[in-house]
Amino acid sequence: MTGLVYYSSGSGNTRRFVERLGLPATRIAADTRVTEPFVLITPSYSDGEGHGAVAKPVIRFLNDPANRALIRGVIGTGNLNFGEHFALAGKIIATKCQVPLLYTFELAGTEEDVARVRQGLETFWTRQRSIGP
Amino acid sequence: MNAQSPVRRTPTRAVNWNRVQDDTDLTVWNRLTSNFWLPEKVPLSNDIPSWATLTDHEQQLTIRVFTGLTMLDTVQASVGAMAMMPDAVTPHEEAVLTNIAFMESVHARSYSSIFSTLCATKDIDEAFRWSEENPHLQKKARLVLEHYRSADPLRRKVASVFLESFMFYSGFYLPMHWSSRAKLTNTADLIRLIIRDEAVHGYYIGYKFQRALERVTEAERAEIKDFAFAMMFDLYEVEEAYTEELYDGVGLSEDVKKFLHYNANKALMNLGYEALFPSSVTDVNPAILAALSPNSDENHDFFSGSGSSYVIGKAVATEDEDWDF
Repeated sequence: MTGLVYYSSGSGNTRRFVERLGLPATRIAADTRVTEPFVLITPSYSDGEGHGAVAKPVIRFLNDPANRALIRGVIGTGNLNFGEHFALAGKIIATKCQVPLLYTFELAGTEEDVARVRQGLETFWTRQRSIGP
Repeated sequence: MNAQSPVRRTPTRAVNWNRVQDDTDLTVWNRLTSNFWLPEKVPLSNDIPSWATLTDHEQQLTIRVFTGLTMLDTVQASVGAMAMMPDAVTPHEEAVLTNIAFMESVHARSYSSIFSTLCATKDIDEAFRWSEENPHLQKKARLVLEHYRSADPLRRKVASVFLESFMFYSGFYLPMHWSSRAKLTNTADLIRLIIRDEAVHGYYIGYKFQRALERVTEAERAEIKDFAFAMMFDLYEVEEAYTEELYDGVGLSEDVKKFLHYNANKALMNLGYEALFPSSVTDVNPAILAALSPNSDENHDFFSGSGSSYVIGKAVATEDEDWDF
């Protein structure tokens, strides 16, 4: 399986990326509850000091222990204009949840980003299955 | 009260931040105000020894590039952000636009701080004269101003996003280039603050553009998309000429153009559109990306094994109170 959960704000960049991936995916809403292992794709929103990087709906989603238990990796998106805080939310979640930061890309991603993530997720889930639940 | 009045007037409304119709207004307001800065916070005078290592030609190029950026910031502060004010759909959006307009004035003012710290008055005056006489720079301004004066709010937003997310970058390239050579590093710190602000502005106006687009017909949407891509082609043409005129002398034009392609794609993404330039021409010099985003590990790819580590282990600031598992 290739569970994918994502958050996308009104700019819709992450949503457009996920649509181009063409994989089944759940968009985080108020009370999203997952039942299978997943990789999270999330944008980043920090200020100049790095505060507030993780979107509130993502925090609420991960504050649910049942959801958190199933996260296997995270993909961070952002804008390199934010310098050292680029894709910071992805890095924070990787640290907090002790899962790998699988990939980072900018805004809605390039064609190469789509291809690499599609290929990478396939390999990742194959490897996950081989090392057990 | 209105019922008793013979003439029914729309009441003048006070902006109520405790009743926000669009959360993005509040989020962006908070982001912009917490990012507030002034050029005085950057120790520009530390760049004086470094400035002296540039050749006369390199110094002239740098002053001209910054003067060109000053002009765009001036346009955005006094025309661009204001032109979008009547189109605001919430009072909070108006407030955000006033912040954007003011920060553009701060940006424009910052270049003068750089000049007064590093340059001789006659060189500064020469560059401002140059900016008024340079046909490419004047054309850049004209193209954008023409659309700011158009009757269509959607076209104004497209023009604004292109200015914020694309047209600055032929200029931003140079301080990033110097920074990658360990030159003018404090100036680069200041420019990075500007670049950060422009990203928030481009995001916000692009977001408002997408919301406005939802309220028009399919046919109008198609028309606006054609307009946006046509405008990008027009702007690109003049950016290319401007770039060659500035950078041919230092052999950097081709490198700058890759940066332009890369940023053109990002500007289009801010509007919700697909990229225009293929990856074969957006392979920005890694030294420039590293200067843009120091310590950011911009090419993180765990899938292909090029990421820095399996799990990012170093502590990161997480101070949201409800982030406590």
